Order: sequence, then C-alpha cells, then structure tokens
Amino acid sequence: MLLRHTSKEVKEREGLTINPAKTCQPIGAMYAALGIHGCLPHSHGSQGCCSYHRSTLTRHYKEPVMAATSSFTEGASVFGGQANLLAAIETIFSVYEPDIIAVHSTCLSETIGDDLQQITRKARDDGKIPEGKHVIFASTPSFIGSHVTGYANMVTGIAEQFSVSTGTKKNQINIIAGWMEPSDMREIKLLSKKLGVKIVLFPDTSNVLDAPQTGKHVFYPKGGTTIPELQSTGDSLFSLALGSISAEPAAIALEKKHKVAFETLDIPIGLTATDRFIMKMSEVANVSVPDEITDERGRLVDVMADMEQYLYGKRVALFGDPDQLLPLTEFLLDLNMKPVHIVSGTPGQRFEKQMRQLLDARSPETNFRNGLQADMFLLHQWMKNEPVDLLIGNTYGKYMARDEDVPFIRFGFPILDRIGHSYFPNVGYSGALRLVEKLLSAIMDRQDRDALEEKFELVM
Amino acid sequence: MEANKIYPDPSQVREELIQRYPSKVAKKRAKSIIVNDPEIIPEVQANVRTVPGIITQRGCSYAGCKGVVLGPTRDIVNIVHGPIGCSFYAWLTRRNQTRTESLMDANYIPYCFSTDMQEENVVFGGEKKLKVAIQEAYDLFHPKSIAIFSTCPVGLIGDDVHAASKEMRDKFGDCNVFGFSCEGYRGVSQSAGHHIANNGVFKHMVGRNNTPSVGKFKLNLLGEYNIGGDAFEIERIFDKVGITLVSSFSGNSTVSQIENAHTADLNVILCHRSINYMGDMMETKYGIPWMKVNFVGADSTAKSLRKIAEYFGDEELKARVEEVIAEEMPRVKAIIEEILPRTTGKTAMLFVGGSRAHHYQDLFSELGMTTVAAGYEFAHRDDYEGRDVLPKIKVDADSKNIEELKVLPDPELFNPRKTEAELEALKEKGLEINGYSGMMKQMTKKSLVVDDLSHYESEKLIEIYKPDIFCAGIKEKYVVQKMGIPLKQLHSYDYGGPYTGFEGAVNFYKDIDRMVNNPVWKLIKAPWQKAGATNGKSKGLEATYVTQ
Repeated sequence: MLLRHTSKEVKEREGLTINPAKTCQPIGAMYAALGIHGCLPHSHGSQGCCSYHRSTLTRHYKEPVMAATSSFTEGASVFGGQANLLAAIETIFSVYEPDIIAVHSTCLSETIGDDLQQITRKARDDGKIPEGKHVIFASTPSFIGSHVTGYANMVTGIAEQFSVSTGTKKNQINIIAGWMEPSDMREIKLLSKKLGVKIVLFPDTSNVLDAPQTGKHVFYPKGGTTIPELQSTGDSLFSLALGSISAEPAAIALEKKHKVAFETLDIPIGLTATDRFIMKMSEVANVSVPDEITDERGRLVDVMADMEQYLYGKRVALFGDPDQLLPLTEFLLDLNMKPVHIVSGTPGQRFEKQMRQLLDARSPETNFRNGLQADMFLLHQWMKNEPVDLLIGNTYGKYMARDEDVPFIRFGFPILDRIGHSYFPNVGYSGALRLVEKLLSAIMDRQDRDALEEKFELVM
Repeated sequence: MEANKIYPDPSQVREELIQRYPSKVAKKRAKSIIVNDPEIIPEVQANVRTVPGIITQRGCSYAGCKGVVLGPTRDIVNIVHGPIGCSFYAWLTRRNQTRTESLMDANYIPYCFSTDMQEENVVFGGEKKLKVAIQEAYDLFHPKSIAIFSTCPVGLIGDDVHAASKEMRDKFGDCNVFGFSCEGYRGVSQSAGHHIANNGVFKHMVGRNNTPSVGKFKLNLLGEYNIGGDAFEIERIFDKVGITLVSSFSGNSTVSQIENAHTADLNVILCHRSINYMGDMMETKYGIPWMKVNFVGADSTAKSLRKIAEYFGDEELKARVEEVIAEEMPRVKAIIEEILPRTTGKTAMLFVGGSRAHHYQDLFSELGMTTVAAGYEFAHRDDYEGRDVLPKIKVDADSKNIEELKVLPDPELFNPRKTEAELEALKEKGLEINGYSGMMKQMTKKSLVVDDLSHYESEKLIEIYKPDIFCAGIKEKYVVQKMGIPLKQLHSYDYGGPYTGFEGAVNFYKDIDRMVNNPVWKLIKAPWQKAGATNGKSKGLEATYVTQ
C-alpha cells in the first residue's frame, strides 16, 4: 500500500493539509505568461520558486519552459527586492532579448511588500526597458487562492496592461482562455475558424508548449498571443471569458477599462458546455453554425447513445480545478454517470455555489468540498467509505487508484507521467469524444480484466 | 584534449560565453568559467550569488534541506510550514525509493504535508496553525518524528518553528519534533539547505540511540539518497561483502538508523557537497573518520570497496572484496566490451548537482567518452579544487548566515576509531581520510569548468562543442533535446537507474549507448528539408497539371 496511513475514519482538520489538490499562485502566472508571444516570465522571489515552477511545467509538457528569477538572498529579503528586480530587467533584456517580461510576485516578495507597479515604473524611468519593449506584472501571493488564482491574476494583468481602445471598434471577439491545455486553445481557434468568427484568444500556449522538434531551440516559439493582438482587445466587440475563476477577472478588467461587454461561460468541456459556447459565439458574432460543427456534435451524441450501457451509473471520484471540474461534472451527468466525490483545493464561494447548484439539481447526494483541507487525503478517505468505479484527476491520483484498485483517468494539472494532454484537446465536441473514449476504455478494460472466463466478451 | 575532435581554444570559448552580458555581469561570470589544468588547479568562483535575471539551474535552501537531505527518510512526517506550493513541488519528485520490511512499517514518502499558510497567518503569525497541524499529524499517524520546514514568509514574519517544535515535543513525550530554518532565501542555492539539514539531523537525531550496532565492519553511507534505487544496489554489494550498514544519510533510511549512526566505525561519503558537514561533525564528536568514496562506475565501485577494506585493515575482508569484484566484473566487462565500439571517442558535458558532475565522469570514461566541459550547480570551491583550499575560502555574507555548529568531543561517546598513527599509516597507503581532492584534478587539461552554468552559456557551449550527450536536470532536458542533442538527467535519471555499483554501471552503459546512437536524432529533418530535395520544385517532369 502506497498510502498505507490513510484511514477510513474522517476527522476534521484545521491546520494540516495532506496531499493537496492545488498548488500556489505563481506557477499559474508563469503558465499564463508563456501564452504571450515573445514573453519571458519572471519570478520575483527566491530561486527555488522559479526552479520548482519551471520543473513542474516542464514535467507536464516535456517542453522547454523558460523563465527568470530575481534570485533573492537574505539581504534582498531584508531590504526589499527592488534592486534585484531592476538588475534582473537589465540582464534579461540584454541577454535573452524578449519583447515582454511578465513579472509575478511570490509569497516572499509579497510578505516584504514589494510594489511591482512602482518597481517596473522605476525601471522605465531609469531607462532599463528598451524602446518598444514591455514589462508587465501581476501580484500573485502564494498564500491566497491557488495556482488557478495566479493564472487569473496574470491574465488580468495582461488584459489591463496591453489593451488599448482606439475609439474604433474592431469586428472581433476576445476569447479569454481559462486554464486549459495548448491543445484546447488550438481547438478553440479551430472551432472559431469553422464558425467564421474572428477572435483574439489570450493567453494562447499552442505552438509554445507543443513546439516541434526542429534541431533548434527557439527561445520564443512561434505561438502566443502577439502584442498587437493584445492591444486590440480594447476595441473588440465582446469578450467571452471561459471559466469564472480563471478567465472572468480579465474580462471584467477589459469591461472596466474599455467598456468591452462580456459574458462568462464554462470552459467548453463536454457536450452541453460546448453547446453553450457554440450558441454564444453564434449569437455574439451573428453567424450561423456550419454543418461541419453540427456533424461533429452529432458524432459525439451518436457515441454517447450507442455506448450508454457501459457508462450508466458508473461511480466517479474526481479532483482538480474549479473551471474544469464544473463542466466535467456536468458532462459525466450527461453521460448518465454518477459523480460521487468531488474535491478541489481551490477556495472560493463562487465555485462552491456553482457546483452546489449543479449538484442540487442533478445529483444532490454527491460529496463535494473545496478550499482548505479539501485535499486528496480527504478524497481518499471518502473513497474508502463509499467506493467508486473510476477516479479522475491529475497524476497524483495514481497512488490512490493503485491502492484502491480503481481505474484512473488523468485529467487536469499536473500530468507528469503520460503524454497526450498537450496534443489532443478535451474541449469542444472532438475533445468530448476523446473523453468518452478514455472513459469507455478505462471502464471496459477493467471489465475485460475482471470478467470470469465464461463471461469474457468478444464484442462490446 | 584526448578526443579526436578539434575544439576551439578554451580561453576563446570563455570570451564568447560572456561577451553578451552587461559588463558587470560579464566580469562576475568570467571568474566562474575556468580553463582546467589538473596539475596547477586554478581558482573557480563558486557558491556565490546568481545574478538576478540570469536563467539558472539553481533552486533554494528549502529544496536542499527538505527535498534532498530529509526527504528520503521514510518514517518522518515532514510538515512544510508555508503556503502550499513549497510542499507540493517537493512531493515525490526526487524519486527517493524506499523499501519497508512489512506493510505495517511507516512510510510517509508518498504523502505531502503542509500548513497551507493563508493571508491571515502571514499577517497575524502562523505558529498557532503550525501547532494545530503538528497535533493533527500526531493524532492521525503517531509518527516517531515530525520535522518542520520553514519557507520564505515564515522567517520574515518571525514564526519560531523551533519553539513550536519543542513545545509539541515536550507535550507528546514519544514523538521527536524538530524544526529547520531553511527559508528559500537563505544562502545562494540548495547548498545552504544541505548545511542547515546536516545541522538539524546532527542536533536532533544522531546520538539518540546508544544501542551498540552489531557487525564486524560497520559503516554509515553518507550523501546517498537512493534515487532510482542507487542505495539498494550499494546495500546489495555491502551485504555480499559482509559490511554492515548502520545508517544511510538518507536514502532508504529510518529514524532509528540515523539515531544509531554514531555507533558505526566509518563514514563513507558519496555526495561530498550535501553531507560533508555531517562527516566532520561526527568525526569531532564521536571520533568516526570519514572517507570519500564513489559508487558511480564499476571501476570506481571496486576501488571504493578496496578502500573500505583497507580502512578496516582486515585480510579476510580484503579477500572477500576481491572475490566479490571478481564475481561481479565479468558481466560488466562483457557488456561494456560490446558497447564500447559505439561510444568510444564521443563527448559529454555534465552540469549538475554538487558531486554528480564529478562522479559520472568515471562512467563516461568507462564508456570511452571524454568530458569536455563540466560544472556544478551549487557546489563550493572545495568540490572543484579539493579540500586543501578550505582555509583559503572567504566566508561571504550569504554563507555567514548559515549556522556553523560548535561541536566538541562527546565526554562519554567520543572514541577515536583509529589512532593518529593508524590514520597516518592509512594515508601513506593512499587512503584519503577526511579529505577530497575535487573534480578538477580528474579532468583533462584545457577542459572547461563552469560553475552555476546559465541557460545562455549552455546554448553557446552546445553550439561550439556539439557534444554527443549533455547531462543536467529536468529544466534543461527539453531545451537541449530541441537542439538535437540527447540530455541525460542526472537528478532523476530520466526515471531509470540505479546507476551505482556494478548493476548501475551496466544500466548506465546501456542508457548512454541507446541515447547517443538513437536513430531519432537523424530523423529531425523532413525529407523535403534536406539539401537537394525537390520540395515542390519538380525536376524534369512538367507536372503543372497537378498543382492547378
């Protein structure tokens, strides 16, 4: 038993988190900044933060993840990190030549009280930022929220600090990507193209964290939302925020600054969430949905109908991040499956309320908890009390899955031990089809493994 | 340089590496980029601050303390006091394998414990929450030990983890609770954390259990973290030879082993950087000499076993060591002889760790490969130049902040295992007791030594030297591979290993052979990208009708 000390009896905890279903803000900020073309993320804190975040993102993507650090020492921690950041900005522009440095704070620099706005302004005043280059920033204290919060804060910083309104509206829609994979962002762009809607998608990590092998290391890969695109977001007709936790704050910022109206949708994971996305796109851009998309949807529903017997009533435990968990849970319900336990370390009443609403309407008996101590230890204890047929979550779930002998589907962040998430989407109808395939394979492989010899089926 | 390839003048390479830097940065980096001379070893600037903004391989003090040294001991509940990230990122990522005797035995390695510090804890202090967390861990698991690790904000807000630990230790009575002030900003790299960890383990664990250990040849294995099962292989060899392993610091170890470590008669040190403090302190307090060994490489393993036998000075042991080497070597030789024609003459670069960049050169030389450039991520000058430089090392402000324990001989337990005369005699025989001569002595003349290699420098080095393999860590892995050069991770071994001992040498030979000769590196260019390819420009055929 890997997790041999996890007992069945659930005791409330107030101080100790065990096996967290979240991590800290800055890694989200780093990930978001990688979705901007020509941008070098910069971690304003100790070296370890930057090292850990780069390592985790690298393990998840099996790709280069470039980012710099202010390399705080004890002196910087006492006297403030301004000198370190100013030196870093100078060094970075001369050695690594980015178009943009996206600075995020850490628990250390936040506790000291470093003011990133003031320091970056000073860098500009001191002539440390070359003409035409940019330094943007986001405050991402690790002791508030989670990695998802950090992502949202950086995306908001990007929106606030780049967008311009020229007074002339542009015939385009902003799509603010909630935390999703490069493959998902690629799929959103593809769906928009099929719909004939001109969009600015940001951030956009496709062609950054799924870069081709060419024999050359391209420090700033082809992908990422460009500066002109970001600037133009202030002139867009409308913003669609995909994810109320990770994307909506940026949409609010654009509305405040440039009066770009917005609506928040779920990340289009699963059938109904994708339906809402397509309907909304069709409505705000005034386009009719092409047959190509209708057929895609039809293929998904076809599979759902044909294979329903294997999915029906299957009990699922899942953990992960709010903006993915909501539409995923909805999709499981659409598939006639039974979400039994849901856990997310990301705190927030908004998410809690949304999830409760969904569950109250369709699965009131589901165990659900988010925030402090809503960790994998608790989830595991729940699983011991009310067993499940399937576990869905990031790679850390494999320890529970092995101990409990439950089929496991990797979904979310981080996935450290498999590939695929950066290449094949979870969003859209094709992403949903992929999810159904994964669910069925997991369930049916288990049926094959466990079937008595006389009950072993050729055709399923 | 012995390889057949022709390289540019290393001093010119050095100029090229620094020319893009702002002048102040260039001046600083120049002192860490050194052309080697094994005869007259030049000074290398090491263990100094990384310039802010430079993309470095380095991590932090916490990583060195909790991640490296304390992480591998399976029955300590390691609670990280701080925001959630620090504990999350160090959760199972270092591949410290451990093997319990039964399912009943404690193993907390698969768990991640954190106080998940929130804003109110930063504002009003986090000690109360920490104590609640310790109590909950005690109630849930009843562990023998609970260790507390301070992260950056903890030091700033002034939480006293040591007082909190003591209070809880006294309260429980049967659980040893102790803390580490290993805030990420301390020192200039992981190295500070190693030192802090050594101090804490020495103060709070070593010497707690005086039960005499059983065995004729008793030693501790220091600086071996059982990544990929390295310690298992060393344990296998020790068993075979008849050497008793009292304790390991800290791969595959338990609390009670470490508490009993002072009953051994020799400390052998693998990773000098991370654990040499422990060797020195145990020498002073208990009279146990230490000796640098290397179990990375088959020949190095044989050599290290012979050194250990020589130390104990027992003819039977010496004979047994020879028997074991004679038993193990034929298989190793058979495999290396088969591989050697495919690896001989190839070149390697190693930029990793605080000892690995040295140790793994032995394996490459067994493979007939030349190390053209090497350096450490977080080492000190003594790891490069040898411990003779220790008195000459200036202690800067960053190092001064790391406590040097004042250690005295233990009034009851101090027992010099060897007399001065015996030690002298061993030194005469070529045994380096309490010494280490560093990496540079072993490297060829005009090879390049670079401390705290930056990303920019690594790309330049690869462009210039085009090595056949580059060794570093996960952050460098895919950057280097994008350049068409295989990268061997020497922290995580690319999830393989073990690489120690005789088994490990074979594993490494096979892995390197596979990597440097993998056909994938020749598949990078698409057929239409190759010189002379048609790529739409048809030669001879008038085929306009297909293009419309």
